[in-house]
Amino acid sequence: MAKRERALAPPYGGVFVARTTVMDADDVRRATWRMAHEIIERNHDTRDVVVVGLQTGGVWLAQRLAQVVGEVNGEDVGLGTLDVAFYRDDIGLRPVLPEAATNIPFELTGKTVILVDDVLFTGRTIRAALNALADYGRARAVQLAVMVDRGHRELPIRPDYVGKNLPTRRDEMVDATEAGVIIGDVTAP
Amino acid sequence: MTDLRDTTSSLPEVPLDLADLAVRQHGSPRHLLSVADLGPQGITDILRLTDSFVEVSRRSIPKVPALRGKTVVSVFFEDSTRTRLSFETAARRLSADVMTFSASSSSLNKGESLKDTVLTIQAMGVDALVVRHSGSGVPWQVAGWLDGPSVLNAGDGWHEHPTQALLDCYTITRRLGLDPEEGLTGKRIAIVGDIRHSRVARSDVLAFTALGAEVTLVAPPTLLPPSLAGWPVSVTHDLDRLLPTLDVVYVLRLQRERMLEALLPSLREYTANYGLTRRRAALLEENALIMHPGPVNRGVEIASEVADQPGSVITAQVSNGVAVRMAVLFLLLGSGVDLASA
Repeated sequence: MAKRERALAPPYGGVFVARTTVMDADDVRRATWRMAHEIIERNHDTRDVVVVGLQTGGVWLAQRLAQVVGEVNGEDVGLGTLDVAFYRDDIGLRPVLPEAATNIPFELTGKTVILVDDVLFTGRTIRAALNALADYGRARAVQLAVMVDRGHRELPIRPDYVGKNLPTRRDEMVDATEAGVIIGDVTAP
Repeated sequence: MTDLRDTTSSLPEVPLDLADLAVRQHGSPRHLLSVADLGPQGITDILRLTDSFVEVSRRSIPKVPALRGKTVVSVFFEDSTRTRLSFETAARRLSADVMTFSASSSSLNKGESLKDTVLTIQAMGVDALVVRHSGSGVPWQVAGWLDGPSVLNAGDGWHEHPTQALLDCYTITRRLGLDPEEGLTGKRIAIVGDIRHSRVARSDVLAFTALGAEVTLVAPPTLLPPSLAGWPVSVTHDLDRLLPTLDVVYVLRLQRERMLEALLPSLREYTANYGLTRRRAALLEENALIMHPGPVNRGVEIASEVADQPGSVITAQVSNGVAVRMAVLFLLLGSGVDLASA
């Protein structure tokens, strides 16, 4: 679970109670490898591909994907981070983390941007991220990579690369990190 | 007035209690009236958030939709260039709608009272009033009358100018490359000049000392406040001896418009004793910062060449001011975050 959700749950600071481990660290590593190869396969040439991770949950996956794509193709892939706190339509509901910063150290215009997040849920974060990206330049294409697609979309958004499709209840929480993917509940402390 | 001539020593224990500030920071940050309301943690949080808005300001499209649909009014009863423009730019970069009220062209000239004026503005459905007034305490009074909108103090009389202090803290910590957690611990800062009439000095003293700096005031006795009881600062009149020890020299503007009595024999004498001349600037350490809140009286409190030399961060203060005010507006209007629990 991204730090923001952790800080958000019942008034600032719920406790995440793990219930089921859906993927372990090896499963996550294999899924990451597969997604990296799918990125290469889909885009043929990765010279114009850059990877942008969403703060804070998507950053680790973006780093891993950029690393694997770079190793396989023998060329470094641009890696950035994006914080969408100022673009959300639910500002006021989610705390702003001062340490979650945007850092896009390259020109986006003409690039194929792989937008990366840990868990795809309502799609509102991705909507905000697309608006934010537009302020940095006109990307040639934006593709979405997530470790977990847990359903319950509220906007017409779909992922291009998925680690695992995971049917969930709306009130459950999904924690996706390099160490594994866990379903659980958040309870008041 | 007490004799201040030999006072490089600190003043006695002071009633301004930093522990008290820590208690107050748990209050809701609906208004920004005084730096003291924020406390050290509140200041640190705003400086961190400012980093994000500095990044926004560097983009090719330096605008985010965070405050879309909010209305910010600048209510200025006193002249201002940089503060008003800075607040309005900050609000626009957050996509807020901005209205400007200026006292000289308002119904105040028809005899409308201050209270009726701000209640009229509130009735139009605004979300924040940025208030500047020549009377100390006016933003507090306005905050008491209003029911809903946030009030931001953009300078009240000789009293406080909190966003200036925040942008000064931001400029110093980032320019000196300090760890955000350590704040200004152990840094030596001198505030030189017209302390008496300066709201910037009062807010800066509160903010710098809250972050752990050692602050020394340098001014002729006539330009110091009548009493320094409660100020956690030391005082000296010997600028030359102090300069080599400083991390920051903060030069204040000589506020000739507020001087009702003859407080200085002549401007030339002031410059000779307290002006940051080229000779004095050469006494500073190489990495020391030279700061000024503007507008600058070139050749009076600071030499023109000194204001433009590499150690001078006067223009950085102005550009950081926009980002700091974005952070403050976002915190008060947009984030829904209580500073204490963020």
